[in-house]
Amino acid sequence: MSPAATPRYSAVAMALHWVLALAILTAFGVGLYVEGLPFSPEKLKLLNWHKWAGVSILFLSVLRLVWRITHRPPELPAKVRQNMPGWQMAAFHGTHHLMYLLFFIVPLAGWAYSSAKGFPIVWFGVLPLPDLIGKDEALAHTLKEAHELAAFALIGLVALHVAAALKHQFVDRDGLLDRMRPGR
Amino acid sequence: MKFRLSMLALAMLFSLCAEAATKPVPTATATAPAPVAATPVPAPQARLVAASSEVTFTAKQVGVPMDGRFKRFDAQIALDPKQPQNGKVNFGIELGSVSLEPATDAELLKPEWFNTAKFPKATFVSSSIKATGAGRFDVSGKLSIKGQQRDLTVPVVLAAAGGNTVATGSFALKRLDFKVGEGDWADTSVVANDVQVKFKLTLQGLPAF
Repeated sequence: MSPAATPRYSAVAMALHWVLALAILTAFGVGLYVEGLPFSPEKLKLLNWHKWAGVSILFLSVLRLVWRITHRPPELPAKVRQNMPGWQMAAFHGTHHLMYLLFFIVPLAGWAYSSAKGFPIVWFGVLPLPDLIGKDEALAHTLKEAHELAAFALIGLVALHVAAALKHQFVDRDGLLDRMRPGR
Repeated sequence: MKFRLSMLALAMLFSLCAEAATKPVPTATATAPAPVAATPVPAPQARLVAASSEVTFTAKQVGVPMDGRFKRFDAQIALDPKQPQNGKVNFGIELGSVSLEPATDAELLKPEWFNTAKFPKATFVSSSIKATGAGRFDVSGKLSIKGQQRDLTVPVVLAAAGGNTVATGSFALKRLDFKVGEGDWADTSVVANDVQVKFKLTLQGLPAF
């Protein structure tokens, strides 16, 4: 149970993991909140922040994927591997692959939705980004639904991911969480 | 939807009333000082071909340009391009016909924005037209939106197009000069003060230039 014995993720992988975790949860919360707001300056401001966050998440996810491909993650501790049945192993890999997929699908669908609405994204109000598609009200409606559905799917997977991590930490007590714990 | 339709109907009704109310005024003033003897030949009237004309605008929200347009507008244009000083332009835009984004168009009719229930029309009435080059004119006059008036000079370019004349031009205005976007919406960090207006008007019966 000594944390030093557990091989850990690299500092870059940890930083990307935690920054993106915070960014994704915040963007999701703001997205939900904005949806219910009446037409107001606050709504426009938050909506733009939401878009800037989404684009940032997309770009950071590209970095993260590149880092993930070029840097092997630490092996699962032997104790963890031995105790995990096959279905848990499959769920572990499946959840991570699906989350990575959605890291791209959610912001890209949101970006395309904004483009279809005829609102280009100006990143942090400074950098105009290209439109992904032309203005199309019907397509915008579809993309909005896709964006929302994918976002809910991602948050569902995040919840599963967190639940699994907590189970390893507090039920199995196998020190798995130490792999992603910064410091020391 | 029902609400929007009724707002639209209301806006249209108001604009009709407003037209009916304002119509007698110009004829009254026109008949009073009419020493026809010395005045030059009145400039010929041109007709606006609405179907091939457009009035568009670009506003910015949090740095993002948004393109909108007005679907209904009318013009009384009397102009001989060879004697522009005798010309006169009266332009009216039904603000209730604004189209920017389907979900928010109804918001723009509300008192904070155009207040179309009280001010259904924006108008431009020229006071002088000057030639500035071949087919180019500076049209000066008063722009009225939402009960606010400002002097405005619009550079206009005329071009022949298949028997008709196309007048194009653009100008910038400050939305807050006209109280468009009041209260919380006066915050220009959300919606910029500058609004770019563009028009392309197809005119029938304008003399050659």
